[in-house]
Amino acid sequence: MDSDLKKKLLREMLFARRFEERCYEAYVERKIGGFLHLYSGEEACAHGVLEAARPGQDYVITSYRDHVHAIKCGMDPKVVMAELFAKETGCCKGLGGSMHIFGVEQRFMGGYALVGGPFPLAAGIAKGIQMKGGDEICICFLGDAANNQGTFHESLNMAKLWNLPVLYVCENNLYGIGTRIDRSTAVVDQYKRVSSYNIPSAQADGQDVEVVYEAAQKAVDHVRSGKGPYFLELMTYRYRGHSMSDSNAYREKKEERMWGGRDPIIMLRDSLIEAGETSAEKFKAMDAEILEEIENEVIRFAEESPEPSMDLLHKYVMTENDPYVKGGSK
Amino acid sequence: MAEIMFWEALQRAHDEEMARDPLVYCMGEDIGVAGGTYKATKGLYEKYGAERVIDTPISENGFTGLGIGSSFLGCRPIIEIMSVNFAWLAMDQLFNTAAKVHYMSGGQLMAPVVVRSPGGTAHMLGAQHSARMEKVFMGIAGLRVVTPSSPRQAYGLLKSAVRCNDPVFINEHEMMYNMKGDVPDEEYFLPLEGSEISRGGKDVTLFGYNVSVYWCQQAAEILSRNHNIDAEVVDLYCLSPLDREGIKRSVSKTHRAVIVEEAEPAVGVGAEVMAIINEDCFYELDAPPVRVSAENTPIPYNHKLERAAIPDIHNVVDAVLKMFGRT
Repeated sequence: MDSDLKKKLLREMLFARRFEERCYEAYVERKIGGFLHLYSGEEACAHGVLEAARPGQDYVITSYRDHVHAIKCGMDPKVVMAELFAKETGCCKGLGGSMHIFGVEQRFMGGYALVGGPFPLAAGIAKGIQMKGGDEICICFLGDAANNQGTFHESLNMAKLWNLPVLYVCENNLYGIGTRIDRSTAVVDQYKRVSSYNIPSAQADGQDVEVVYEAAQKAVDHVRSGKGPYFLELMTYRYRGHSMSDSNAYREKKEERMWGGRDPIIMLRDSLIEAGETSAEKFKAMDAEILEEIENEVIRFAEESPEPSMDLLHKYVMTENDPYVKGGSK
Repeated sequence: MAEIMFWEALQRAHDEEMARDPLVYCMGEDIGVAGGTYKATKGLYEKYGAERVIDTPISENGFTGLGIGSSFLGCRPIIEIMSVNFAWLAMDQLFNTAAKVHYMSGGQLMAPVVVRSPGGTAHMLGAQHSARMEKVFMGIAGLRVVTPSSPRQAYGLLKSAVRCNDPVFINEHEMMYNMKGDVPDEEYFLPLEGSEISRGGKDVTLFGYNVSVYWCQQAAEILSRNHNIDAEVVDLYCLSPLDREGIKRSVSKTHRAVIVEEAEPAVGVGAEVMAIINEDCFYELDAPPVRVSAENTPIPYNHKLERAAIPDIHNVVDAVLKMFGRT
């Protein structure tokens, strides 16, 4: 990975962190409602994988921890924040919320709130790609705990059976809500579980964006070259609770300290400083610039945007004016 | 116009839509090489190949979700779930995704999937193969539910469902696939909202859907022949949304209503139609509306008990006579 790309990723990952941490504040201020699941600590996963793919062309789908993936796919952070603020200028006009960010123009096919729900949807998107004949792929990001749902097994089986162009990325943050992986899952190494479907897989350090990028390049190449599905497990850690309503009492301080010492942003920063490509001062200045952008542009846009109009309550229950509802034109 | 069987009408609709649009495909258990449990996809595997006539693993939630995902890209899957009893397993994807994705994406995504599945009480299939589930599906906002009672409807509804941009659940009946009926030779589409008057009458309205339409029709014949009661039969072939206007129109004409359903009474079609009558045309009534429903039990295996668990023509006749004070 060359230093320009590293610098680009450093800025994007720092932006993602500051975006998420600002969401935390806005939630405490009650500007954001509902459930809020933050991505802090896991930034290298989405950024490393999507950098190796074609964001905006490849299809991406994920769970409720979805803001950062959406932005990395090319969505405007202002529109994402406006959705979190439940405003009409939000990507889903205030009908979706944090767990349901969608940017179909950027081929971000959404965040879904049922654990494991996107597994078959991703296989289906890949089926659609296959039927239409493009060289895009579908990338599905889900957490380790989703692998205990039936949809994991059903979808891997079909993806392999029908040679579908789908990359499953497992962001293994070691906890399913508040239960540690070894207390919920018989086989702790997730990449081993897909061997029963004869799907190639790998496990990589999810805190080092360079490592993620390299592992993802291999994975993306495999899928794009028509060899069928691939499963990439990234070992990572979330710095916040599962959601904002999480007391975080189930994790040991020692463990948190250990992973805190492997912050993907600090690791990338330090490697760039070591290579003489940036400095602590430059990083600080960039951070200040990002904080200002988030405050003056992103938050301001969300704050100043209008609430959705009341007619939106009924607008998208069904599609509008479908002629076949009335029996078609014939 | 030709007289064909219910399954042949479905097969023709599949075939025409697949020939027209390469993104229409069908999938389900045993629908390809084996030709389909009820033959609705007979011959299509040979014609369109394994990529468009897909024999799925027995993974109802998985393949339903896969179909929904493909519909995001413009594919039009026709998903056959072999029995509605198995459709319980696909409810997560149908209800949490198909019914809600258009809404929660602020109109960005559509899920134009068709899910066909037969239910109802057939012949000694026991508790886990005799479910009547339409009441569950029709309670979910964002999902259309239709239920054909004839080959003509089976064809016309499937044609419209494939082209409609909303997800459509088609509730078929295990016992109806070999039923014969007239189907026009030319292509046609039936509306996915509304009802049909299958027999005109002036004294009482019998509301039926799917198989209970036949119980209503036969009961109407008996009532006319033996009791001088002229019953109207309304076929509620669209269960979601229900045809409020059609219900109101008929009740305003006959002033009496009997709703006949093969399912258990609670939270069902009868309850819903009664609520609509109550809300929209209560003062048109000359008598309290009545439900003729199944017993509130799982379906037993023993044939006599099985028949006793669901209504029949005589239950419908008796309900009408009681309403008229003739018993």
